[in-house]
Amino acid sequence: MDAIEANNLRKTFGPVIAVDDVSITLPQGGIFGFLGPNGAGKTTVIRMLTGVLIPDAGSVRILGTDVNKDPLTAKLKMGVIPENGTVYSDLTAEQNILITAKFYGMDRASREERAGEILARLGLEERKNDLVRTFSKGMRQRISIACAIVHSPPVLILDEPTTGLDVYSRRLVIDTVRHMNREGSTVLLTTHNIEEANALCSMISIVNKGRIVATGSPEKLKKTFDTSRYVEISFDQPVGHELFKAPGITRTESWGDKWRVYTDDPDRAVKYLASLAERDHLTIVSIATSNPTLEEAFVRLTEGV
Amino acid sequence: MDLNVFARSILVITEKNMRIYYFKGPVVVFGLLFPLIMFFTFFIGRNLDLVLFFPGFLGMMLFFTASSVGPLITPWEKREKTYERLVSLPVILESIIIGDLLAGAIFGVAITTIVFAASAILLHLSLMNAGLLFLAFVLGSITFAALGTLLASPTMNNPSHIMMLSSLVRLPLIFVSGIFIPLSQLSGWEWILTSLSPLTYLVDLFHAALNGDAVYPPWVDMLALAAVILVFIGCAKVIQKRNLMKGL
Ligand SMILES: Nc1ncnc2c1ncn2[C@@H]1O[C@H](COP(=O)(O)OP(=O)(O)O)[C@@H](O)[C@H]1O
Ligand SMILES: [Mg+2]
Repeated sequence: MDAIEANNLRKTFGPVIAVDDVSITLPQGGIFGFLGPNGAGKTTVIRMLTGVLIPDAGSVRILGTDVNKDPLTAKLKMGVIPENGTVYSDLTAEQNILITAKFYGMDRASREERAGEILARLGLEERKNDLVRTFSKGMRQRISIACAIVHSPPVLILDEPTTGLDVYSRRLVIDTVRHMNREGSTVLLTTHNIEEANALCSMISIVNKGRIVATGSPEKLKKTFDTSRYVEISFDQPVGHELFKAPGITRTESWGDKWRVYTDDPDRAVKYLASLAERDHLTIVSIATSNPTLEEAFVRLTEGV
Repeated sequence: MDLNVFARSILVITEKNMRIYYFKGPVVVFGLLFPLIMFFTFFIGRNLDLVLFFPGFLGMMLFFTASSVGPLITPWEKREKTYERLVSLPVILESIIIGDLLAGAIFGVAITTIVFAASAILLHLSLMNAGLLFLAFVLGSITFAALGTLLASPTMNNPSHIMMLSSLVRLPLIFVSGIFIPLSQLSGWEWILTSLSPLTYLVDLFHAALNGDAVYPPWVDMLALAAVILVFIGCAKVIQKRNLMKGL
């Protein structure tokens, strides 16, 4: 059974098509990333997956349960951090976790045991009796994730869990996500941070303008755009770009005192550039080849290059 | 649908509301002070007949207490950004509406019981049917707490706008209830107007329980209140569903 199965989701807000025919199938066990620029439709997809928003068309199943037909059962299997959602300021850190656990039907003993365990994991043990009102954004978000994992949910859905956090909180949130995944939770998170997606996710879908434009492992996505590699070179004296006209070089751009020479075959291009310098008595000040980056894939896919 | 999970979601939401929005010093103090102020405003120095006055006073008080905080909960939660998290817990819209309603109703019954007990001792009120009186407290509180959840429904997520709307709806309801005029003295259109207000039936029920001088038999009053409760909850659900995403 798949952890999350969504078919042909669609949602419009007036004239805006926020989500347009999105289907996803996440098998159990991975950490999946939704990567996309602001306004891509990530949050709208998450809201439909978590039963907050009813789709105009399409269906969602969480571990086999239809979210719109049986929302209570489906929601019991999930732990969620909404993008614009926070815990109660007028309750303490611990009270927030305990009352959330009640929603999931945990008995008193396991509520208290689990709350203690999670507060320690998230570095909030000493502040557990303080009102959340007095907490920083990072601490609040740690309480949000504490509440989302209190019932050890098989499916964990986090909308921009690390956006705007201090380094320490961000680290703890990411560690907790990894920990929950090791313990058996399937994780779906959204981010607009490419590095984070690269470091955390086993599979990524790139979302743009309400559609999924590419899906794959981070390495596979990078490889797809391997053709966009370049060699960056600078000489001791100015040169014109007609110098670089040669087979295998697709285009050149000037970048400050450097030139970017785009090519399908960086190895061959480096050799060619070296011979060029030899021939014209130019000294090479610096030379480097690019690595394919996820950023490259992301930029190309979301700009429609 | 799993009824256990549904019932649990209602109870936990009720508990959450009681803890966060009702059992706070200022709310409780105001809840208790308000009846005192109302009593002095309407009764003292006017030579009113207590037997005629008290059921109306009790109704008006219960009306205000049970419907005071409810309209603000959803707007507050939307503004504080706790609403979307609540909706993604194992709850449905009905859990939120009924949970908000129950918290208001419990608050209404608690405050009204205290105020009644104090007044009964101080003013030597007559009490013909204590069971019926308590039933009236419960039904009345649910009715006006349901009105509270209905008032929480509109798009506004600014609590001060909700307060205005709330006064705009509640004060005329008191006005048309003719709570200090015996129903039997009304004629024609006055009677039609008062029949439209749920407060009329509650006050009539209080008359039955306290003095035994009600106009309708108790079951008519109860049936009217039950019908009003269902209408309020139904409307609240339709409107809140439509406005669920507004102000998130
Ligand atoms: N409740 C809403 N009402 C109107 N438009 C909305 C609403 N929610 C999202 N949108 C629009 O839908 C698009 C996708 O938004 P969103 O899902 O929040 O994107 P992301 O999370 O990727 O930044 C945006 O154009 C946004 O303005
Ligand atoms: Mg978003």
